[in-house]
Amino acid sequence: MSQYYLDYLDQLEAEAIHIMREVAGQFERPALLFSGGKDSITLVRLAEKAFRPGRFPFPLVHIDTGHNFPETIAFRDHLVKEIGEELIVGYVQDSIDAGKVQEKTGKYASRNVLQTVTLLDVIQENQFDACIGGARRDEEKARAKERIFSVRDDFGQWQPKKQRPELWNIYNGKINKGENVRIFPISNWTEIDVWSYILKEQIALPSIYFTHQRTCVLRDNQLMADSPFLNKDADDVLVEKQVRFRTVGDMTCTAAVASEANTIEEIIEEIKASKTTERGTRIDDKQSEAAMEDRKKEGYF
Amino acid sequence: MDILRFITAGSVDDGKSTLIGRLLHDSDAILEDTLEAVAKATKNKENGEIDLALVTDGLRAEREQGITIDVAYKYFTTEKRKFIIADTPGHVQYTRNMVTGASNSQLAIILVDARHGVIEQTKRHTFICALLGIPHFVVCINKMDLVDYKEEAFQQIVSDYQQFSAPLGLKDVAFIPISALKGDNVVNNSERMHWYKGKPLLQYLEEVPLADDIELSKARFQVQYVIRPQTEALHDYRGYAGKVLSGVYKVGDRVNVLPAGNTSTIQRLEFNQKTKEEAFAPMSIIMHLADDIDISRGDTIAKADDLPTVTQEVEAQLCWMDTRPLVVGGKYLLQQNSCLTPCVIKEVIHQTDVHTLQDDPEATQLQLNDIGKVLIKTANEICVDLYKEIRSNGAIIIIDPRNNSTVAAGMIATAF
Repeated sequence: MSQYYLDYLDQLEAEAIHIMREVAGQFERPALLFSGGKDSITLVRLAEKAFRPGRFPFPLVHIDTGHNFPETIAFRDHLVKEIGEELIVGYVQDSIDAGKVQEKTGKYASRNVLQTVTLLDVIQENQFDACIGGARRDEEKARAKERIFSVRDDFGQWQPKKQRPELWNIYNGKINKGENVRIFPISNWTEIDVWSYILKEQIALPSIYFTHQRTCVLRDNQLMADSPFLNKDADDVLVEKQVRFRTVGDMTCTAAVASEANTIEEIIEEIKASKTTERGTRIDDKQSEAAMEDRKKEGYF
Repeated sequence: MDILRFITAGSVDDGKSTLIGRLLHDSDAILEDTLEAVAKATKNKENGEIDLALVTDGLRAEREQGITIDVAYKYFTTEKRKFIIADTPGHVQYTRNMVTGASNSQLAIILVDARHGVIEQTKRHTFICALLGIPHFVVCINKMDLVDYKEEAFQQIVSDYQQFSAPLGLKDVAFIPISALKGDNVVNNSERMHWYKGKPLLQYLEEVPLADDIELSKARFQVQYVIRPQTEALHDYRGYAGKVLSGVYKVGDRVNVLPAGNTSTIQRLEFNQKTKEEAFAPMSIIMHLADDIDISRGDTIAKADDLPTVTQEVEAQLCWMDTRPLVVGGKYLLQQNSCLTPCVIKEVIHQTDVHTLQDDPEATQLQLNDIGKVLIKTANEICVDLYKEIRSNGAIIIIDPRNNSTVAAGMIATAF
């Protein structure tokens, strides 16, 4: 093996850093969309590698649905303090109060779809021209076809048939006023790649990724965290379980998995042995086969 | 472990999606819930087998029409390598997507239907992959089950392929007889083709040597972003952030900053937030020079004894990707990595017929999916190499300033 050889994780890292620096070089007002999940936490680490000892050329932006896990919010605030960067929070509650969106009702009510409106408002108010996100192409079919630089129109919509060709590592970020670009530096990473990177870099994560005891609602073979936000009915059964979360979304649309995994190594072993995908724990994707495609067309992440 | 990025090219019914589905399925990259979704979507199938092609047909629009309309990226990992597949459609009108997928690929799988042999699309796909400089080719002769697994059918296609591709000068071509549907020679050696002594496809993909593909002799680095913390503690810190495009840089190397031409010495290299003695492609690094020179985004820092061409005039092979045809004399933007400059396309030198591989010097225009050589004049100086010599420094895109869309992919063929 040549001495000039980069391991696959180093190659993926180099690519992601290159993409982040293209954002910094090409845009006037970029932002990093931070969800509190492992993918966006990984983006923060990559941003440190891309820009330290300088400051990030963008703030972190979090869309707070009001239904987040409290552990996620606590982690977010701790991380922001530690890295000393700016955080902008957009509240879905504000969009509801302003009458821009309506709270969903019924057993499967979730604010997941509502956050698109809040996100687009935050983008407009702050005049962001580029938003970095942690989406990966292995997550879902629609994402497998999205570019790394994905242009959104005035309404934040993704138009799959009008995507710009994206060649080599040359990224065309030119846009008209009012448009913005969503940028996905870890497009080519898989779930296992992210976890392997977290292990290698010893990146801290919210506690809900690791095993803990929790009161859950067993519904449609999924374990939902019991919370005041979850609409329950007579069919729902409450169980005490040792669980962890594989992805971190709203409490209303993220299911837990029964797990004893307490370290990143154990999580990696568990995922390798797992027979379901990560999005399998996302109720929001199960609505229909094209759920993600439709939400992206409306301006979702 | 390293990464192999490859493209799969084939005609509509060559079984390309089935092959990818097979690779993913047999390497356990498809999990139960995805299989369930695929099984649910499998329609009009008589034998009850699930349709592996559906694993890659992503968008609803495609599923309804039963075609692939865009580049889809798929991932799988074995013990030996991580694989990134660019799955591109075989339809005539989507050459641009194939060029897109080919641009980042180290290997091309060209699928040929054993019943039909080498057809026009085989030639076109091979030509595009060769044009994009893909170093390794695997020609998979698929549907061997439909020709009774006969060696003669395979050999005939091998010979036809070698004949037509000879002028392209492909360096590394392998031929594998497979049946993606039945799984022959995909992951395991086929029991039905003992006459085939080579590796099955997956093993070939795992073992094809990639180390030699990296250009180490010529060092190229372009500045993406200048890091200046301007804090009290780091008052004088000025780092040039960018990716090593090719070659190796060492502390103490004499360098030229182009296009201005100032010289300096590498004082420090930072990689992974640590100081390093040397850096090489494709690392993303921060470079520090001994002298205070005015350097900005898009500038090239190259070793003083081995410089790229600094020029305002190049000839390039373009693949036109927009519905609006090329306007000769029209103003465009040229982007080469992080370097952006206005340009004018002065002349169409020739257009290449992708079926016959003949150049037509009478051509005056390029339309969607056309490939041809053009003369480009740039407003600012660019620092380039020939694409065939350094892929990462000889590639350009053309942007139409009227709508900002990427209208062409270009490969520099001559730099004046």
